[in-house]
Amino acid sequence: MSMIFGVPMAVLYGQLLIGVINGAFYALLSLGLAVIFGLLKIINFAHGAMYMLGAMATVILFDNLGVNYWVALFLAPVLVGIVGVLVEYFLLRRIAGQDHIYSLLLTFGVALIMQGILTNIYGVSGLRYSIPDVFKGGVNLGFMFLPFYRAWVIVAALLLCFVTWFMIEKTKLGAYLRAGTEDSQLMQGFGINVPLLVSLTYGFGVMLAAFAGVLAAPIYSVTPVMGSHILIVVFAVVVIGGLGSIGGAIITGILMGVVEGLTKTFYPPASSAVIFLVMVIVLMIRPNGLFGKEA
Amino acid sequence: MTMMKKLLTSAVASALMVGGAQAEISDNVVKIGYLADMSGTYRDLAGPNGLTALEMAVKDFGGKVDGAKIEIVTADDRNSPDVASSTVRRWVENDKVDMVAGLVASSVTIAATKVLEEADKLGLVNGSAASSITNEYCTPNHIHYAYDTYALSIGTPTAIVKEGGKTWYILTADYAFGHAMEKDVTRVVEANGGEIIGSIRHPFPTPDFSSFILQAQASGADVIALANAGADTTNAITTAAEFGVTQSGQTIAGLVVFLSDVHALGTEVAQGLQLTTGWYWDMNDETRAWSDRFMEETGARPTMVHAGIYSSTLQYLNAIKATGSDDAQTVRKQMMDTPINDMFAKNGRIREDGRMVHDMYLAEVKTPEESTGEWDLYKIISTIPADEAFRPLAESDCKLVTGK
Repeated sequence: MSMIFGVPMAVLYGQLLIGVINGAFYALLSLGLAVIFGLLKIINFAHGAMYMLGAMATVILFDNLGVNYWVALFLAPVLVGIVGVLVEYFLLRRIAGQDHIYSLLLTFGVALIMQGILTNIYGVSGLRYSIPDVFKGGVNLGFMFLPFYRAWVIVAALLLCFVTWFMIEKTKLGAYLRAGTEDSQLMQGFGINVPLLVSLTYGFGVMLAAFAGVLAAPIYSVTPVMGSHILIVVFAVVVIGGLGSIGGAIITGILMGVVEGLTKTFYPPASSAVIFLVMVIVLMIRPNGLFGKEA
Repeated sequence: MTMMKKLLTSAVASALMVGGAQAEISDNVVKIGYLADMSGTYRDLAGPNGLTALEMAVKDFGGKVDGAKIEIVTADDRNSPDVASSTVRRWVENDKVDMVAGLVASSVTIAATKVLEEADKLGLVNGSAASSITNEYCTPNHIHYAYDTYALSIGTPTAIVKEGGKTWYILTADYAFGHAMEKDVTRVVEANGGEIIGSIRHPFPTPDFSSFILQAQASGADVIALANAGADTTNAITTAAEFGVTQSGQTIAGLVVFLSDVHALGTEVAQGLQLTTGWYWDMNDETRAWSDRFMEETGARPTMVHAGIYSSTLQYLNAIKATGSDDAQTVRKQMMDTPINDMFAKNGRIREDGRMVHDMYLAEVKTPEESTGEWDLYKIISTIPADEAFRPLAESDCKLVTGK
């Protein structure tokens, strides 16, 4: 078998694919963050908690009401989206226009409260959720065993990423959104309900996180603290991609998944740090991120 | 100035209580600090329910020992050695804490016991796994009670190697505990004629194990051993099931598996998993009776750590009662001189290196068909006698044993 730096090629292909799968999660999560920051200028530290809520909701809906995976895939994000709209309406709106640090602290506080309450009720050992029957099993690709569910994750995540990007960059609704955040008074004058638009945008951003949470429920252990681990990584991804860049967040997400996957192969102990290393390097060379617009 | 005042007050107080045994209990209060991970990865194996176990022991004493009130203070160590050091320092220097209980992440314990040694207070370690805690990191100021990596590595790996699992691949949590576990398991596997063909040190905690499982799978080893704990272990086991590790003929060996982990995984995923434990709630009438009490308070069955916290606290309070003193060395000596016979252990004893030695058990997770309830999870396969389970003193590097 051919080798690269002592690692068999087959193993390497496997790691690349795993990297893309994890990257799909990063892309979906950083996309939501980028939408919220890009359009609302809110640094949403509650994003990890919303991802966690999506996963927890999936399990809780199933355990208590027997709601299946496919319904949850739709219902959980909607419920979390409503939570998001409420957070925006009752809390974030009050500090609109203030320095970024206010939204950061407020959302961080919201995240800690959600996490704390759920930890008290459910503990941290993780809740059980099985992979839906259609996706049980997998296929042997020769270089690795690919569980069907992981393949579905890539498809679903990338599809949603594309739809979101298309909606914001290419449709009239997206144009309203971008214009509304650029000059809200002018848009109000045109008869557009900007505050509603802002609420819905925040709600949509956290829906993306919740959707990632539903995707994660069958394969990661679902715990109230699952969001806090991934949040910081996703922030780094957004910074590397360029704050507010929608397309940048998607591409960087996948890229960082792959970088992390390769690190896990060649030097595992560094795998939790490598994304931050990339972030430092990118910030030194391109302070606005890989895909950021010049300030 | 306040220090002087306190000295004077206690001198006067002691003079007034001449002849009374209370005179030797500092401030006439026995203060216990409960330090544990209350919100992170290790919450469920010790955490808030461990505090309940501690309170149960104090309640059994009626909240008082030898006329002195028993008080409990508590803190979340957040699995950080820095937080642990500063908390324990504050406790012993300002808050007059006499004993620290809980102590979960091994790195936290090593940091905390260092402070306890300087202040000459006592630590009763139950949550931690690293056997180095009573080896190179031993102090005259702590006792390691429920289990350790040495004992865990004797049970499961020996059994698996004997069943034909010769080649091993280890996934190790990259910190003190993981390293100790890896060392201990390597020794046992090699002694039994097995071979370690590879290992990975993964960051702690790791949310996604697919990459590491894939590498372990590609190694072709008979056994993939998990030298990690808590959510890392459950994550790794779930991912291994997803990637068809067991279908392809490889065995998963969880080296540190708690009841709370198996409960989270469920018998569907965890069935057949072999593990070593220091205690199980459903072993006999005594363990069941205590577990029923515990469940009434917490809504969950106790892990071996919870049981160890209760048992060790009882031993501690009994020692104070017997000696009339809460001085660390007096109490520790009394605890060493008294065999432990309670719901946790039979003929348990505390050695000079601080290791409490008692029987350990090899258990197997029941199948969904065998299990009759949510917490009916293990069947005990065999007992590992106390003398075989823990590191013999002859092999010890502990300064209290070698005298160096």
